[in-house]
Amino acid sequence: MNDQPKTENRKPETDLSGREYLGLKSIIGPLLVVTGVRGVGFDESVEIHAPDGSRQTGRVLAVGQDEAVIELFGETVGLSLQNTRVRFTGSPLTAPVSIDLLGRIMNGMGQPLDGGPLPVGEASRDLNGQPINPTARTYPQEFIQTGISAIDGMNTLVRGQKLPIFAMSGLPHHELAAQIVRQARLLGEEGRFAIVFAAMGVQHDVANLFRQSFEASGVLNNVVMFLNLANDPAIERLITPRLALTVAEFLAFDRDHHVLAILTDMTNYCEALREVASSKGEVPSRKGYPGYLYSDLASIYERAGKIQGRSGSITQLPMLTMPNDDITHPIPDLTGYITEGQIVLDRGLHQRGIYPPINVLPSLSRLMSDGIGAGRTREDHSHVSSQLYAAYDRARRIQSLAAIIGEDSLSSGDRQVLNFGRAFEEKFLRQRPEENRSITQTLDLAWQILKELPRGDLTRVTEAEIKTYGGG
Amino acid sequence: MATMTETTAEVIWVSGPVMRSNGGQVLSMYEMVEVGAERLIGEVIALDGEVATVQIYEDTGGIRPGDPVVGQGAPLSVLIGPGLLGQIFDGIQRPLNALRQATGVFIGRGAQVTPLDRQKAWLFKPRLKVGDTVAGGDILGVVPETSAMEHRVLAPPGVAGEIVYMAEPGAYTLNDAIARVKDARGRETELFLWHRWPVRQGRPYKERLLPTEPLITGQRVLDALFPLAKGGAAAIPGGFGTGKTITQHQLSKWCEADLIVYVGCGERGNEMTGILTELPNLTDPRTGRPLMERTILIANTSNMPVAAREASIYTGITLAEAFRDMGYAVALMADSTSRWAEALREISGRLEEMPAEEGFPAYLATRLAEFYERAGSVITLNGSKGSVSVIGAVSPPGGDFSEPVTQQTKRFVRTFWGLDKELAAARYFPAINPIDSYSEYPDLVAGWWAEHVAPGWQEMRSQALVLLQEDYQLQRIVKIIGEEALPDTQRLTLAAARWLKEGFLQQSAFDPVDMFCPPAKQVKMLKLILETFRKAKEVMARGVPFYQVRELGELGALMRMKSAIKADELERFDELEKSLNDKLESLAG
Repeated sequence: MNDQPKTENRKPETDLSGREYLGLKSIIGPLLVVTGVRGVGFDESVEIHAPDGSRQTGRVLAVGQDEAVIELFGETVGLSLQNTRVRFTGSPLTAPVSIDLLGRIMNGMGQPLDGGPLPVGEASRDLNGQPINPTARTYPQEFIQTGISAIDGMNTLVRGQKLPIFAMSGLPHHELAAQIVRQARLLGEEGRFAIVFAAMGVQHDVANLFRQSFEASGVLNNVVMFLNLANDPAIERLITPRLALTVAEFLAFDRDHHVLAILTDMTNYCEALREVASSKGEVPSRKGYPGYLYSDLASIYERAGKIQGRSGSITQLPMLTMPNDDITHPIPDLTGYITEGQIVLDRGLHQRGIYPPINVLPSLSRLMSDGIGAGRTREDHSHVSSQLYAAYDRARRIQSLAAIIGEDSLSSGDRQVLNFGRAFEEKFLRQRPEENRSITQTLDLAWQILKELPRGDLTRVTEAEIKTYGGG
Repeated sequence: MATMTETTAEVIWVSGPVMRSNGGQVLSMYEMVEVGAERLIGEVIALDGEVATVQIYEDTGGIRPGDPVVGQGAPLSVLIGPGLLGQIFDGIQRPLNALRQATGVFIGRGAQVTPLDRQKAWLFKPRLKVGDTVAGGDILGVVPETSAMEHRVLAPPGVAGEIVYMAEPGAYTLNDAIARVKDARGRETELFLWHRWPVRQGRPYKERLLPTEPLITGQRVLDALFPLAKGGAAAIPGGFGTGKTITQHQLSKWCEADLIVYVGCGERGNEMTGILTELPNLTDPRTGRPLMERTILIANTSNMPVAAREASIYTGITLAEAFRDMGYAVALMADSTSRWAEALREISGRLEEMPAEEGFPAYLATRLAEFYERAGSVITLNGSKGSVSVIGAVSPPGGDFSEPVTQQTKRFVRTFWGLDKELAAARYFPAINPIDSYSEYPDLVAGWWAEHVAPGWQEMRSQALVLLQEDYQLQRIVKIIGEEALPDTQRLTLAAARWLKEGFLQQSAFDPVDMFCPPAKQVKMLKLILETFRKAKEVMARGVPFYQVRELGELGALMRMKSAIKADELERFDELEKSLNDKLESLAG
C-alpha cells in the first residue's frame, strides 16, 4: 500500500497548504489513514474529495513520520481506498464569521439551508476558540429578567452566565427555552443583541418551534441558526456547537452584541462523541463515554462570559435530556460541574399539569448572589429566595410523610407548611407560557405565599423585611 | 542541578497533548523540553529506546513530525523569589497578567514570559554577613514583599559553604547576585533573590512534627466539629452544587494561615475571576491588609490544556513548601483534585496504558499519596517552624463517594468534610453532613483550644456529635411515623438538634457578621445551645411538658444569635444564657 502513486507528493515542503494525496491506507468508522504524508500538522483541517466529486471536511487526529489519522466529519459512504483524494490545508478548522450571518439559517457544518449564498466572512476564526484569560474576564453580575418566577426569583440568570436546562424526554423544555428567549429582557434594553441557535440532532419540529418563536417575537433578523437535525450525520454534531460559539464570540467580542447562545440537545452531542471515541478504540470511562468528556464539554461551556473592555457578552442556555431521567448520568453530571448552575425539570410537576415544571430544589444559579439585591433586583431578594427554598424543602418532606401517616395525623404547623407547598406550586411556579412577570411581581407573589407559613417558621427573612414586604 | 545543556531531537508522532520524539537517548525523565518554532513547553514522561514521550502544556495544533524538540537540561521547575504574592499563574507558573499582555484576552500559545518580573527592584536586607557559614534553607536576608508579608530569601537546598560576598542593604533586581558562597572545595557560587526548584520533588526539611495547632477557619462546623490541624490534610467531596467551591473560597478568605495558595485546577474561569475581583477588596482581619497580599493563585481552568492541569497541583504545592521553608503556616486549596485525576487519566489513555478502575491509571493512588504527603508541620532546614495544610476538593461523579478518587483520597487525608446534596437543596450551607464527616485531629488540637480559647472544647464537641447522631437515628423514625408520635424527651432531642443545626452549624458566607466566627464566639454559642438543652431536659424531668418548652418564644434567639451578636459582644451570650435559663426555670414554676 505504501508505494502506491502519490500525485502531489513532490511539492516543496515549505508549501504548507495545498498538499494533496491520492489514496487511503484504511477507513475504519469515521477514521481515515493516509500514508506517505510529509509536513502534516496535528489538528490541521483536511478536505476529502470522494471519487464522485463530493467534498467533505476532516481534521488530523494523530500524525507520525509517515502516516496521518484523519477524523472525517461526514459519511464514509462512497469513499474508496484507491480514488479518494485528501488535501491538507495547513490550518486548523475555521469558520467564516460575519455580521451578515444574522438572520441566516445554516446546517450543522455551516452550509446555507435558506437558499442564500455561502456567507462571505469578514474574518476566519479557529473553530476551537481559545480560552479566555481569567484576568481578562469580567465577573457576570447583571440581572436578566426572564419573566419566569422560578428562575428570576430563585435561580436568577445573569448576563455572561452558562445556565443549562436539564430536561426529561416528553417535558416542555423547548417551550420553556422559547419563552425565555421571548421574554428575556436582554432584548432592546441596551446595546445590540443576537441569538445564536445551535441544534444538534433535534427533530425538524423542534427547530421549527424555535424559528416560529423567533419570528413571533420579531427577532428573526437577529438570529443565526445552525441546524444539525436528527437525520443529519451524527459526527457533524461535534462541529455544530463550536461553529455556533465561534460566531457568537465574533458577534459578542468583535461586534459588541449581547449574545444568547442556545445549544440543544447536548445529550445528542455527547452520544456522537462517544460513538467517535469508541471507533477510535479509546479506553472508555463511565458508561462508555471517553475520559475527556469533562474537558471536551468545558471547551464548549467555558465559551460564555464577559471580557473587560468589550461591551458584548455571551450567555449560554444549553439544553440536555437526562437519559432515563437520571441526574447522576455522566452527561448532566459533568455539565453541572462545569456550568454555573442548572435548571432541573420534574416529571411529577409536569404530570400534575404545572408549567413550567421546574423543580427548584436541585436547581441552582451559582451567580445569583452577585446578580441580585438592592440596586439590581430588590433588597429582600436573597432572603426571600432562601426562605422559599427552606420552606418548600420542608413541605416536600412533610408531603412524603403525609403519604404514609395521612394528612390528619400531621401537626397543625406541618399542615400549614403543606399548604404553603401547594400554594408555591400552584401560584408561584405555575404560570402561562405567555405570562411575563416582572421581578417585583415575582417577589410580591413570594411574600403572598409565605403568609401561609407559621410566623415562627420565617427564620431566613428579617423582621424588617417582614414588616416592609410581608404586610407586617 | 544539572547544567543547562540543550539537546535537540525531532518530533516523530503527535496526538493531542502527547507527542513522541526520537530523543530517547539524549533526553532524561521529566526533563523540560521546548517543541516547535513556537517553543511550546513540555515534559518528558517516558523513555523507550530511541523514543522519548513528551506531554505538552499547550495546545499542540499545528505541531508536525520533524519539528525540533529542545531539551532544557532540567526538570519542570518553579521560580521561588519575591513577586509571587498577589499574582495569578497558569499551571506552569506563567503569570496570567503577562500572558494577557503577550497574547491578548484569549490565551494564545508559545508566549515566552518569565514567572517573576526580572526588572523590578526589591529592597533587600541581609541577615548574614561575609564569613558566615551558610547551608541550604538558611535565610540570607529579607525583602518586604507586601505590607502583610516579608519574603525570606532562602539559600537553595544543596548549597553549603562560607559567604565571601554579601550585598549591602539596598534595592536589587532578580538579575543581581546578592551573595557568593565558597564551598569546601573552593568553588564559588552566586546566589540571587530567587532559586529554582523542580515541582515533582518535595522540598527537604529537618524534621516532621505532630500537628497540634488547629487551622482556624472561622467556619463553625469545621473548627468545632471536624477540625483540621496546621500541617494536616483534608478533603471536601461533594456533587455539583453542594458548595465545594464556596467552602474553599471561605477557607481561603478566612483561615488563619500566613499564606494561601489557591489552585483552581480544571474549574470555571469565572470562579477565578470572582476571586480576583473579590480578594483585593477584602481585608485580612489579622493584618488589616487586603487578603490578596497573602494569596497566590494558580489557575488552570477546565478549557486550558490538560497536561498543564496535571502540573498545576505540583506547581502549587512546591510554592507552598517554599513559604513553609521561610517559616510560614501555608494553606493550599486544590479545587478540584478530581479534575487533576482526570488529567492523569487522559494522559494515561493517550499513552495506551492499562487502565485500572473507571479508566484511571493504576498509579492514581500513588500520585494522590505523594501529593497529600507533602502536607506537614515541620522544622525547616533553618530551624524555624513552618507548615503546609492541604485542602483538596473532590468532585465525585454523581455525588457518589464510592468512586475511585474519593475512596483513594480517604486513605491519605485525616479530615473528611462530606458535602450533602439534600442539605444543599434546602439551601442549608455549609452543606457538610455531620454524619458522614470525620476528623482525626481533635485529640491533637484539644490542648490548643484549652490553652487559647476555653476549657471543655473537646467535651462539648463530643456532646454535639452525640446529639447529632441521636437526631439522625430519630429522623429515620420520624420519616415513618411523624414527629407528633414521639415521646416528649425524644421531641426535645429533635428540637435541640435543630438549634444546633440551624443556630450553630449553618453559617452564611454572605452575612458580614456571620461569615467569620472566631473560636471564642464558637465556644460561647455551642455552650449556650448545649446548656439550654440540658436545662430543658432538667425542667421536663420535673414535669414540664414539651409543648411549653417549644412555645417559648425566646428560643428563637438561639437561631438568630450567629448574626445578631457580634464577636466583640461576647458578654451578650452570657446574658442570653441567663435569661433562657430563667425562662425555663419559670416554666417549672
